[in-house]
Order: sequence, then C-alpha cells, then structure tokens
Amino acid sequence: MADRERILKIRDLNISFTTDHGKINAIRGVNLDLYKGETIAIVGESGSGKSVTTKAVMGILASNGTIDSGVIEYSWNDENTGEHKTVDIAQLSEKDLQKEIRGRKIAMVFQDPMTSLNPTMTIGKQVMEPMIYHYGKSKEEAYKKTLELLELVGITDAEKRMKNYPHQLSGGMRQRVVIAIALSCDPYVLICDEPTTALDVTIQAKILELIQDIQKKKNLSVIYITHDLGVVAKVADYVNVMYAGKIVETGLIDEVYYDPRHPYTWGLLSAMPDLDTDDDELYTIPGTPPNLAYRVDGDAFAPRNQFALNIDLRVEPPMFDVPGSSTHKVASWLMHPNAPDVKMPEALKNRIEKMKKEGE
Amino acid sequence: MNKSTMKYIGKRLLISAITLVIIVAVLFLMLKLMPGTPFNDEKLTEAQKLAIYAKYGLDQPFFVQFFNYMKNMLTGDFGVSFGIVRNMQVSDLVGPRILISFGIGIAAVILGTVIGVLLGIYAALHKNTLADTLATIFSVLGVSVPSFVLGLLLLLLLGVTIPVFPILYESSHPLRSSVLPVIALSFGVIANVARFTRSEMISVLASDYIALAEAKGLDRTTIIRKHAFRNTLIPVITILGPILVNLMTGSMVLEQIFSIPGLGRLLVEGITVNDYNVVLAVSFLYSVLYVVMMLIIDISYGIIDPRIRLGKGD
Ligand SMILES: Nc1ncnc2c1ncn2[C@@H]1O[C@H](COP(=O)(O)OP(=O)(O)OP(=O)(O)O)[C@@H](O)[C@H]1O
Ligand SMILES: [Mg+2]
Repeated sequence: MADRERILKIRDLNISFTTDHGKINAIRGVNLDLYKGETIAIVGESGSGKSVTTKAVMGILASNGTIDSGVIEYSWNDENTGEHKTVDIAQLSEKDLQKEIRGRKIAMVFQDPMTSLNPTMTIGKQVMEPMIYHYGKSKEEAYKKTLELLELVGITDAEKRMKNYPHQLSGGMRQRVVIAIALSCDPYVLICDEPTTALDVTIQAKILELIQDIQKKKNLSVIYITHDLGVVAKVADYVNVMYAGKIVETGLIDEVYYDPRHPYTWGLLSAMPDLDTDDDELYTIPGTPPNLAYRVDGDAFAPRNQFALNIDLRVEPPMFDVPGSSTHKVASWLMHPNAPDVKMPEALKNRIEKMKKEGE
Repeated sequence: MNKSTMKYIGKRLLISAITLVIIVAVLFLMLKLMPGTPFNDEKLTEAQKLAIYAKYGLDQPFFVQFFNYMKNMLTGDFGVSFGIVRNMQVSDLVGPRILISFGIGIAAVILGTVIGVLLGIYAALHKNTLADTLATIFSVLGVSVPSFVLGLLLLLLLGVTIPVFPILYESSHPLRSSVLPVIALSFGVIANVARFTRSEMISVLASDYIALAEAKGLDRTTIIRKHAFRNTLIPVITILGPILVNLMTGSMVLEQIFSIPGLGRLLVEGITVNDYNVVLAVSFLYSVLYVVMMLIIDISYGIIDPRIRLGKGD
C-alpha cells in the first residue's frame, strides 16, 4: 500500500433536514476516506445516516436536505491531460453534479432490485441509456457494450435479455442489471447501498462475489452500506461504524472485528447472528437511537451505554487513536488515558476468539 | 401481435357480445314493465288499439317479441318509431344524431384528457405551491359541479352577456354550436384526469427507478420525459371508463339545455312518449359505445403496459 491514491475525502460533513417537526441534524461531523481500488463499509443501525452520507456524495439529497458544512473532495486524473484534479462535491452546482459526477464518476447500486428498474422500459434500453446520454455513443456501440456488460455481470442469453422487461427477470437477475447500469459509464466509485438485503440468502453471496470480481477487474473503489456485519467481513478493507450521524469507530476489518473498542461496536458485534449461537438468545442493544431533532449533549450513545462515564453525558468525545495503529480510531471517552479500564463483555470476547480461529 | 394476445382479444369480444345481448334483454323487459303504451290516444277504441298492437306485433308473448326484435336487429332493422315520428325507421331517426352526440362526446374526452394530463403533471411537478393548490381547487370544483350547471353558466356568459356562441344548436353551424357543450362536458373530464394524473405522477416521482434514473446522471427533463411520463399515463387509461359513463349521463341533460338534436335528447323524448323502439335503439347504442370503449381501453392498456402484455411471471 505504498502510494495509495485517495479518491474521496470527506471532512466534517454536517447535513440537516428541514421537516414539519423542525430541523433534523442527520449527519454530524462525518470524516471518511476512500482510496483507489479499496473497499470501505459503513455499518450501523437503521437511521444512523449511512444512506444520507452516500447520497450527499452523489449529490442526490432529498430536496429538504442541506449540507450545512464540510467538504466532499473527489479527486481523479484527467483522462486527456493526465492532470490530477480535485473538486468539492458539496460545492458543485446541480448541473455539474448531473453532468460530471453522477453515473460517470460515482455510480450507485440500490437496495431493492424489484423496484429500482423502470417497469416499462426494456433492460437493454435501461443499460444503454446512460452511455448514450453521457458519451454520445451510437446505438450500435451502446448495444455492443451493453452485451459485454450483461455478460460481465453474469447474465446468460444477454441478447435475448436485452429485449426483456424487468418483470420477466428474477430478483437476482435484476440486481445484476442494476449493477450493469451502474458500470455503464465506467465510474471510479461504486456505492452499494444494501445491495443484497432484498435478495434470497443463496443469491446474496453470488451478488457480493460478483461485485468483488468486477471491482478487481475494473480497479473500482467501493462503498458498502449494510447492517449485516457478516457481509462486511467478507468484502471490505475498512469499516466505519456509524451511530446517530457520526462515525464512532473506524479501522481495518481485523482491527474493528477482533479488537473493537467502542461499546456500540461491541453491541453490534454481539447482536450479529451466527450459525452456532441460539437465535432466540440473540443480543439486542437496549434502547433506541436519539432523536436528532434535538441537540445531543455529550456522547449520543451514552444513554444506551452500560459503560458510560460521567463525562459521556456532558462532553462529546473526540476521535482517539488506538495505540499502535495508524488506522484504528475510536470516538469514546473510554479511550482516554485516564479512563477506567473497561473490558468488552465476556461473551463477546469468547465469540471473537472463535471468529479469529475460524478466520485463520 | 402474438397468439395469446389474439386469444385474449377474441375472448373479450365474445364477452362483450354476450353482455350486449343481456343488456338488450333487460332493457326489453323493463320497457314492457313500464306503465303506459305508445298508443295512449283517448280517441282510440279498444278494438282499434288491439288492431294497432297486432300490426306492430305487440300482442305476441314476451319471448316471441324479444326473439323477433333480436332477429331483426341483427339485420340492422331496429323497427319503426311509434310516437316521435310515427312509422319512421328508427335507424333513420337515430343515424344522423349519432355523429352529433358522439362527436361532442369524443371531442370532450380528448380535450379533457389532454388538458387534464397536462394540468395534473404540472401540479405534481410543482407540488405544494400556489399553482398546485389552484389546480386542486379547480379539480374539486370540476368534480363536484355538474356539467349542466357549467353549461348554463357558459350559456349566460358566452351566449347571452357576450354573444359569441349560439344559445341553441344551429344545424347550419355545427362546429360553432358545439363549442360550449364540449367545454361544459370536458370540465369534469379535466378535473378527474388532472386529479388522478397528479397523484400518479407524485408516486412515480417518489419511486426507486426515478432515483436510479437520477443516479445515472440524467437531467430532470429527460427523467420526466423518458421515465416518469409513460408510467404515469398507463394507469390514467383505466379511469377513462368511469369518466365515459359520467359523460353519457351529462350529455343527456346538456343536449336538452342546448337543444342539441342528439341521441340524449331523442332518448328523453322517447321515454316520455313510450316510443319503445327508439328507447331501445338509443340505449343499445349507448351500451355498444360503452362496451366498445371498455374493450379499447382494456386492449390498449395491455398493449402499452409490458407487464400485462406479456403476462405475469412470463
Ligand atoms: N428527506 C428526509 N427528511 C427528513 N429526515 C430525513 C430525510 N432523509 C433522511 N432523514 C433522516 O436522516 C437520518 C438518517 O437516515 P438514513 O436514511 O441515512 O439512515 P440509514 O442509516 O441509511 O438507515 P437504513 O439502514 O434504515 O437505511 C434518519 O434519522 C432519517 O430520519
Ligand atoms: Mg439506508
């Protein structure tokens, strides 16, 4: 990893939504980095802000949402001049976002393939559309490339499938089409927002493999969004644990899985279903996430945290570096040198030991 | 068109034909049960009346009368008028009026649908703005104000106060005379179509495939034109059936108001004087129109919507 090339740099991103019930501070100071060819995952409970963060990256926030502050820097090497360029997506106009970023540089695979394809347009047309639109390709060129793409994503009988309508395809097939659409303009970043949650378990693994495969072939950078920690372990290089609009722990997969430091990450890992434990006794994190329409004092997780310190209720913890690592960071007062020595629950410790053994 | 589509259309045609036969039978029965006869002249003696009944076959048992009627109808013979223009062939009486009534009706449907769709889409794209609110108010008015009230208003305004259009239908100026009735009729169509289109468009715009189109980097106009428009319009076709029924009843009253020599007026006259054959023929015609329109709507829906066209789980 000598000279990794940074493609996306998010710093201190704050996003709020105006609603009938007031202003909701959905994203509160998110930092993220994505490097060329690498995969990061964002995990967290429902409503933690995973989708909003990535929507901001594509510039497709809902109309009531605004980026209050922060930068989303996107960097690339110009295809013609080779010059290194950087833009702040947060500052781009709608027109520039639409023409330059969406589809061309950053593409998205949506969660539910049953509803994310236009029901009255043939598969072929839907895949061909962006390349004709953005690159002015002729019909023949686009057709040829679409055939290649459909084969790449593992659709057999591609020529026949191009004339099909979405309802004639199974869920797994449709998700392959959605992936083909995402790849149609040769983007550099692929955002997968829960790409397999809506699919059968048997198909999930295949789609994940496919995305990994394509990532290698095309040297893509991928952002995975999921609440399935099992998925993350298989595909990502880095994990970002998100809670109430903040990243509370980040690091390499092994660091976060084998040496989790934030009590919220402990909770998530404990709540992860696995084959050996009894599902009836599955752990759930007590309580609910805070209502972000109100100001959050201190650590947003404190009210649900059995290990919370006094200071957690008053002062928001900064990002602490985990000693001995340059990548592992945790936003918890427990990381402070003066904090009491709190260990993760015994059950989780045993679980991790087991995971480690299986992983070897 | 493939085989299964042909089969489907064939089946629908058969069902339509059966429906029409049943309609005629019910109409026939109802007319017989209605009080009075076409020949209520005080001066006629019982014997004379019986002679007239015999002449027109009205003395026969119900089923014989029905059978004869159906038989003649299939050859295009709808009998003669008993009252309105005694002994005139009903087909001659009805024929010239078809064009007038259907012309006005079809013009109102087309005008109403086009304006309604445009209005609905405009309102959806400007959701929760003043324009949207005005469009909604207009829709509510259009649905709740009967077309004859609007017809009277238009008459007063553009026929009397500012006499641009004729107050009564002038056969020498069929187009000019049709303007006000068409507007009056189309008002309700506009309102219904606009309201439906608006809500369809709003739900289409909130759908995942529109988000995907956005993520593809398409501009707003392209997204609406290529992805939202068609998916909005397909369901709109389904409400044209009920709208048509509204139009038929509305047109009967409007034809009275504007003195339009159309089918609706003929039907009302026929009912007042118990002119069986006229009432039957006109009602039958309305039924045919309705059944045929429903058939067209169904088939075109199947052709436009690929999910129906190809059959589910194909
Ligand atoms: N258009 C909007 N208007 C108001 N609030 C919104 C809007 N979109 C998102 N939010 C809020 O932002 C927060 C984060 O939402 P987001 O969709 O990013 O969650 P998520 O982490 O993706 O959850 P999930 O796992 O359920 O997809 C939520 O509390 C949500 O209520
Ligand atoms: Mg989400």
